[in-house]
Amino acid sequence: MSIVFQKTPVLTDTHFSYCPGCTHGIIHRLVAEVIQEMDIANSTIGVAPVGCAVLAYTFFNLDMIQSPHGRAPAVATGIKRALPDGFVFTYQGDGDLAAIGTAETVHAAARGENITVIFVNNAIYGMTGGQMAPTTLPGQVTQTTPYGRNPSSAGYPVMVSEMLSTLEGTAYCERVSVDCVKNIRKAKESIRKAFETQKAKKGFSLVEILSTCPTNWGLSPTESLDWLRENMMPQYPLGVFKDKGGEV
Amino acid sequence: MSEKVLMKGNEAVAEGAIRSGCRHFFGYPITPQNELAAYMSKRMPKENGVFLQAESEIAAINMVLGAAATGVRAMTSSSSPGIALKSEGLSYLAGCDLPAVLVNVQRGGPGLGGIQPGQADYFIATQGSGHGDFRMIVLAPGGVQEMFDHAVLAFYLADRYRMTVMILSDGILGQMMEPVTFGNTVSDAPEKPWALGINRKREKNIVSSLFLDPYALEAQNFRRFERYAEVEANEARFEGFMLDDAEIVVVAYGASARVARNSIAEARSQGIKAGMLRPITLWPFPKEACLSAAKTAKAFISVEMSMGQMVKDIELAVRCGCPVLLCNRVGGVVPEPAQVLDCIRKAADL
Amino acid sequence: MSREILIAGFGGQGVLFSGKFLANIGLLNNQEVSWLPSYGPEMRGGTANCGVILSPDTIGCPVVSRPDVLIALNLPSLDKFENAVKPSGHIFTDSSMISKKVKRTDVIVHNIPAAKMAEDNALSGLGSMIMAGGVISLLDGISDDLIESAMRKTVPKRKQALFDSNMKAVYIGQNAV
Repeated sequence: MSIVFQKTPVLTDTHFSYCPGCTHGIIHRLVAEVIQEMDIANSTIGVAPVGCAVLAYTFFNLDMIQSPHGRAPAVATGIKRALPDGFVFTYQGDGDLAAIGTAETVHAAARGENITVIFVNNAIYGMTGGQMAPTTLPGQVTQTTPYGRNPSSAGYPVMVSEMLSTLEGTAYCERVSVDCVKNIRKAKESIRKAFETQKAKKGFSLVEILSTCPTNWGLSPTESLDWLRENMMPQYPLGVFKDKGGEV
Repeated sequence: MSEKVLMKGNEAVAEGAIRSGCRHFFGYPITPQNELAAYMSKRMPKENGVFLQAESEIAAINMVLGAAATGVRAMTSSSSPGIALKSEGLSYLAGCDLPAVLVNVQRGGPGLGGIQPGQADYFIATQGSGHGDFRMIVLAPGGVQEMFDHAVLAFYLADRYRMTVMILSDGILGQMMEPVTFGNTVSDAPEKPWALGINRKREKNIVSSLFLDPYALEAQNFRRFERYAEVEANEARFEGFMLDDAEIVVVAYGASARVARNSIAEARSQGIKAGMLRPITLWPFPKEACLSAAKTAKAFISVEMSMGQMVKDIELAVRCGCPVLLCNRVGGVVPEPAQVLDCIRKAADL
Repeated sequence: MSREILIAGFGGQGVLFSGKFLANIGLLNNQEVSWLPSYGPEMRGGTANCGVILSPDTIGCPVVSRPDVLIALNLPSLDKFENAVKPSGHIFTDSSMISKKVKRTDVIVHNIPAAKMAEDNALSGLGSMIMAGGVISLLDGISDDLIESAMRKTVPKRKQALFDSNMKAVYIGQNAV
């Protein structure tokens, strides 16, 4: 009998606390697999956010720190400056990264801070029960936009990858999705490129991953994947926005 | 003994930090602490250290959080409005039991207030530094030499008790120059087996303040406060000036203590038995010393550049043993020796 | 004896620098010293002042509110601080900048046209150091060697080219009193 699939040792045996159908689990696995395949696990330090991934420190079999809301890039900066030979990544949601933590995100990128940011965009605040996120789509119904997000009063979605790609310090920036096998494979490649960028000390790297939230979207897991494709992808086009390294 | 160097308090505290092995400084500009960050920006590259001007005080304290989590000696500095922004990070540092050093060069408040010296951050330093139950050790330097000495002491205490130590200075101490001798008293950092690291050959380390189980969180709080009790028992520090036979006990720290010293000398020359108890630690507050001075005192006077914050700690410490008066100026105004002398005279006539 | 010195003028007149020089004189003379500047927006183009205390004893309050010696480098400074000077104290005025006479009769007045003297000796901008030289002539036991050492400590290493001109300004000031 041969082993066709094995859980990476970079993930612990702890059960994920994520809702059924949520794509956080896939993204965790991809990050962990890349770290294992690059053989950098014993020198990688992760920064957990506030939000659904707040307990990420229990899932990754790495040295981990839990950060204040939005401050993960600043915390990661402190770690990286103290341990410049280590690999440091943050794992953040859209509220954490693009609302309360916008300043920390933008300035870590502007400094070309040699860290990797895994940015999970599911267009909603999951942990607190489904409020409007900075990336919520126009018209999207959430707990705090019960009549749909009205841009005239609630503004427009923040295009994180587009915005950060304009900064010189951003070395690598790509938007991917985990809605299907093909895209999941692409997402893993993108995560690898981001860590390779860090390894080459090229600067700030970020992978924006379109993700689902069946619980707060009020849809089944498969409906959620359809909704992501039909609604999020037109707003948030996939692709590489910045790659200073070229081939890796 | 090494040569005396004339330098600003803001520079002396930075030099003390560097000589304590601090190689990670994260700051943000604000008056009247700017010379501190400027000094660090000049010195750190020469020591292969890190100077980083952050995008905000919030980012700076969180960079300290990250750096301190790796076990290095890390520091930030600010002045009153910026300290308020650091409250979040201070609470996380405490919740993660990380050692760190923070300098507050106080100015007048509230709000944007002014940029002249103040002492109205006593409460935020000693009582309510952020959300949740936690303490910081608060040191109150009385001159430029102590700005240096307290930086050295701060890193020692921070590592010893895994706490944030705040050096509570003010615009006068930060801006003034006095001669400084660099003592050879730097402490070695202890082993930090809890720290985040690389090239690991051990089980993972987690630095976190999150405990979703209330009983676990409660236990964590109780354990932490046992450590705080140890600090209270061992680390309260003060300096007496003509205190032994004092009938009027002036309590003052920082710039206010410098002013009060003149007034006490003048009061003595007028035959009034005045003396000073100068807290060197504001938390833990030198309660025992106050209580013991209260046995022979007629009255206490709190001299402070605030509307009356430290006076509350004095009242608690003397346990109604004698009256406690407040002699204050605020908003950036420094009390004059004559004003404090008047207050001493009034107290003597009680 | 203890000397409380207040130097006041416009920003850029060398108020803080001459104060630092006097503080270094005291330091090398084995005295306790303190130097406290006015700071903030005042420094930028407005008035600047700086209090220096030289004392045989531990210094308490570093704020000089009742100076023994006032150096007034412009009219607003004389107007502001003339009455604060202790009786029998000294007031140095830059008489090339201030035409008004000191009203006080219980103080010793030194009218020195420092800015003009500096100009005449190709020491433009060093009027405050001429005044500092004047103050040194009031102090006891300050040798030429000590003055030179204090100047070495005061002039930044990268600006040692300015050492000679500053020394010259102090020398002129010492002889002007």
